[in-house]
Amino acid sequence: MTDKTAHTGKNTGGGDVRLTGISKAYGSFNAVHPLDLTVPQGSFFALLGASGCGKTTTLRMIAGLEDPTTGTIHLGDTDVTDLPPYKRPVNTVFQSYALFPHMDISENIAFGLRRRGIKSVKKQVDDMLELVQLGDKARHKPHQLSGGQQQRVAVARALINHPQVLLLDEPLGALDLKLRRQMQLELKRIQTEVGITFVHVTHDQEEAMTMADQVAVMNGGRVEQLGAPADLYENPQTTFVANFLGTSNLIEAEVLETGGSDVLVTAGGGKLRVPGDRCTSAVRQGGKVLVGVRPEKISLAHADDAGSIADGRNRVTGRIADSSFIGVSTQYVVNSPAGAELQVYEQNIERDTRLVPGAEVVLHWNPAHTFGLDAAQDIDAGVETVEDAG
Amino acid sequence: MRWLRKNLVVIAGLLTLAYMILPNIVVMVFSFNKPNGRFNYSWQRFSLDAWKDPCGVADMCESLSLSLQLAAWSTVGALVLGTMIAFALVRYRFRARGAINSLIFLPMAMPEVVMAASLLTLFLNMGIELGFWTVLIAHIMFCLSFVVTAVKARVMSMDPRLEEAARDLYAGPVQTFLRVTLPIAAPGIAAGALLAFALSFDDFIITNFNAGSTVTFPMFVWGSAQRGTPVQINVIGTAMFVLAVLMVVAGQIITNRRKKTATA
Repeated sequence: MTDKTAHTGKNTGGGDVRLTGISKAYGSFNAVHPLDLTVPQGSFFALLGASGCGKTTTLRMIAGLEDPTTGTIHLGDTDVTDLPPYKRPVNTVFQSYALFPHMDISENIAFGLRRRGIKSVKKQVDDMLELVQLGDKARHKPHQLSGGQQQRVAVARALINHPQVLLLDEPLGALDLKLRRQMQLELKRIQTEVGITFVHVTHDQEEAMTMADQVAVMNGGRVEQLGAPADLYENPQTTFVANFLGTSNLIEAEVLETGGSDVLVTAGGGKLRVPGDRCTSAVRQGGKVLVGVRPEKISLAHADDAGSIADGRNRVTGRIADSSFIGVSTQYVVNSPAGAELQVYEQNIERDTRLVPGAEVVLHWNPAHTFGLDAAQDIDAGVETVEDAG
Repeated sequence: MRWLRKNLVVIAGLLTLAYMILPNIVVMVFSFNKPNGRFNYSWQRFSLDAWKDPCGVADMCESLSLSLQLAAWSTVGALVLGTMIAFALVRYRFRARGAINSLIFLPMAMPEVVMAASLLTLFLNMGIELGFWTVLIAHIMFCLSFVVTAVKARVMSMDPRLEEAARDLYAGPVQTFLRVTLPIAAPGIAAGALLAFALSFDDFIITNFNAGSTVTFPMFVWGSAQRGTPVQINVIGTAMFVLAVLMVVAGQIITNRRKKTATA
């Protein structure tokens, strides 16, 4: 076994994954533009994006299944760019699981250990089966297991090798919604238990936010934004991130004043305040800016009660176009001079029966919850793609 | 009437089966015959003579052994080359791939007599002496298309991610091929092997044109039919048939048992 020397076998520590100027081109098509990315050791890291954004290609380059066109990949201090996949201390959970159909479950799980010349694998295989709660299925063939069970076998088969990094390529894509939720928690539990770096590729923004410590949102072969889930959600830097992660109301506005800590803008005849430090681009008087606010931050008041709204809040008047009751909350669509089809999510605590389609309303929110984006971008970037990817 | 309607498919199936098996039964029955003259065409009386002395006819067992050797080597040759072609056609994009894909069917589509004659012309013009080697080359050639077709179907349905998974799990190229690729392609390769063996063993036309003075079993049967048909021919035929049936049954039992242990 020549690979035994190159492979460290155990997680020896000091192992951030460092991608430097990595890119991949197929002919004239650039799947991944040169990007730099550091995945901290022991973290749960998600690559999030719609299909075709380059996230899987990036993952496959870390695995060694794809040769980068430019750039280098480091695991800790080791340059693994030119190592073949079977010499990298990295294992993958494939989207289709790729379990070997001619082997039973325990043979599948033992595969990696055996290839590295380890003879007594029984105990480790049993422990691994225990970890993924499949102890009674050791002698079954993969096709006799349900999708969720196969998925757990795929995780066990990779984890048993104690890789420095575990790569997960949309591992939950083929499962139904309920099972997916369950497996999200399960994977998170396993990651916490073994402490191995997980790099998880997904198009499901909720999945990425639930599981990951750090999320890199990818679009068109580039990383749009990198950060903790809450940070990405609260402070999107681009319209793509604002729309792809959850829902955002983006209003085109003109800058009136830039003097104080807040920027004063005007949209559809009304005035709004945006905290200056939450504007991603330099704003100048008379220039354009996209004003953003999340639907759940907005409160809805009937026009008759407009007087009781506290001073200092951002206000937009409009008319309810549609409302849908979904249990914990009611989702309203409001048309206003400032922008069409603004989304508002109201908690169902004290429901105002006057808030029905056709009613005149005032939308109001704390200016601190407002963010400003560069108006030069496509305001709808990342909106449609969410549906496509599903 | 209702019973008939219910069992019509079964009855039709059994009749078809009988249609297929009847010739084999005749061969079997006549292997126990004791003909009066040289020709084993009419039933006289039961005898085990031929079974007790299967090689009693001059040169017959030599031709049989030659045919078995030819079949074995043709199978090996066609299997190695055919499997490689099948993988190349499915896995790689290269110039003339489309042309090769259709040309591979040529030996199947071309009338055997034409193929036989053109092979003979080729061998004669190249000054190659006719015999075992020319027959072997010819057999490998026409078995190839069948092996390629059988293996290709299997490789096409294989998930290339399985090999990626193997490489990801520390298996180098050789290990990946031996542990993952080959076992998964095995049913296709086995089907190709069975076809190749059977086709090579009983080929007559191409062999007859290119054998020179070598005599294979089908050639022996044909030749002896002019002067009389020894009962031993039926014995060999019966033995081959029984062997083939046993192999199929054994294969079935093994797969069934595998399934059972897996579910247990």
